[in-house]
Amino acid sequence: MACAVSTELARGGEFDLDVAWRLAPQVQVRPERFGALLYHFGTRQLSFLKSPALLAVVRGLATQPSARAACRAADVPDAQLPSYRRALGTLAAAQMICHQEAA
Amino acid sequence: MTATAALPLVEQFSYGLDAPICLTWELTYACNLSCVHCLSSSGRRDPRELSTAQCQAVIDELQRMQVFYVNIGGGEPTVRPDFWDLLDYATGHDVGVKFSTNGVRITPAIARRLAGHDYVDVQISLDGATADVNDAVRGSGSYAVALRAMRHLADAGFAGFKISVVMTRHNVGQLDEFRALADSLGAQLRLTRLRPSGRGADVWDELHLTAGQQRQLYDWLVAHGDSVLTGDSFFHLSGYGSALPGLNLCGAGRVVCLIDPVGDVYACPFAIHPAFLAGNVREPGGFTRVWRESELFAGLRQPQSGGACESCAAYGSCRGGCMAAKFFTGLPLDGPDPECVHGHGERALATADTAAAPRPAGDHSHRTSPRRGPVPLTLTRRPPVSECNANPLAGFAPPEG
Repeated sequence: MACAVSTELARGGEFDLDVAWRLAPQVQVRPERFGALLYHFGTRQLSFLKSPALLAVVRGLATQPSARAACRAADVPDAQLPSYRRALGTLAAAQMICHQEAA
Repeated sequence: MTATAALPLVEQFSYGLDAPICLTWELTYACNLSCVHCLSSSGRRDPRELSTAQCQAVIDELQRMQVFYVNIGGGEPTVRPDFWDLLDYATGHDVGVKFSTNGVRITPAIARRLAGHDYVDVQISLDGATADVNDAVRGSGSYAVALRAMRHLADAGFAGFKISVVMTRHNVGQLDEFRALADSLGAQLRLTRLRPSGRGADVWDELHLTAGQQRQLYDWLVAHGDSVLTGDSFFHLSGYGSALPGLNLCGAGRVVCLIDPVGDVYACPFAIHPAFLAGNVREPGGFTRVWRESELFAGLRQPQSGGACESCAAYGSCRGGCMAAKFFTGLPLDGPDPECVHGHGERALATADTAAAPRPAGDHSHRTSPRRGPVPLTLTRRPPVSECNANPLAGFAPPEG
């Protein structure tokens, strides 16, 4: 399940808000008070979503045409988009989320 | 990121979660080895061990609670005849498995089977980069068995299996050799802390790192930490300065716990003692109820007092260190870790009544010790007195007088 995207991001590339993303197929989500636990059964890595709002964005990814649209649908203010972009970039680098066509 | 909840994650975790992030599950106390530092004093199988069906029921619960993976150990878990079936049952129910083994059952065929399993991770225990250092702790021949298992995994294409090392006074100088070994096999190195738990209580004084060695280990981890796993077990070393990667907190009863082979649930794998026993998975309500309702765990999820440590500038990073290490060395739980990097532990040990320290409970050690050196026996031949004299006293002459 190697993902070219994660390699690009690991090299310091910017997360592309304007393409369609989704949760990677082998990832499961456990909602928590602070946000959620994500576990990738393929890489056997654990990640933490540090807010319920970020969880809402991640859950919305698959049904939205772009990550930007998913943020908007979850009522993320424009001023906070850069921090969500960083958080989503971290998830993509860890292969937790991937391009919709890659899934 | 600005999208953070009110409290840092570590604070959130210290108040506990509805389900553990992961847990340790020791499937059996039976073991082919008798490592001198065994955290669970393993050796003999306990007749009350959970049956296959009871283990499956626990896995069903873990799936419902969304515990994504378990760290399976023992004893030597692979000596359970149903081990491979339980492995398949867990991964078939969305519970990933990382299991620790001394390698005794990792044949080429098993290695191939494991390599094809996405949800399984393997940790081979090795406590010396050379046979002499390893075997002094884990027993004669154990180095060769571990190395054979590693080669089988590497040959089967199992990338990234773990080589799991308990750091001791005698192997801390071999860190670079351990890493070279891991690199040569496409494996990853995992280093953990020696605790005075189980039989470890008997050897802790001789084997735990000296103050200078702790510093050496910390510097090495800072330099190589990104490629080495630690199970977050060295958070007491954060007192030196910058925190090491990982969750720098004691997760006992808050985000982790132990299920032992008979189904007893303890706060942590290093705390097998009635003081840290929360319940048993066979009781009504099962593991879920123990995790969510036990008084012990509720107490651990309350704000903890740092006691004497609270006035120390390092308390924010080391948080007083390891509960089990304090408990089994006879130190108060709200005081310094016995290996406090600022020396407060050593000073506390000097005045503590260490002879009155609680003893680890539940000893399953082999009742005999492995033979070391040759058997003191001289073989002689005594020919029969005659071909057909069947008298057992034939040829026996009683001493005179």
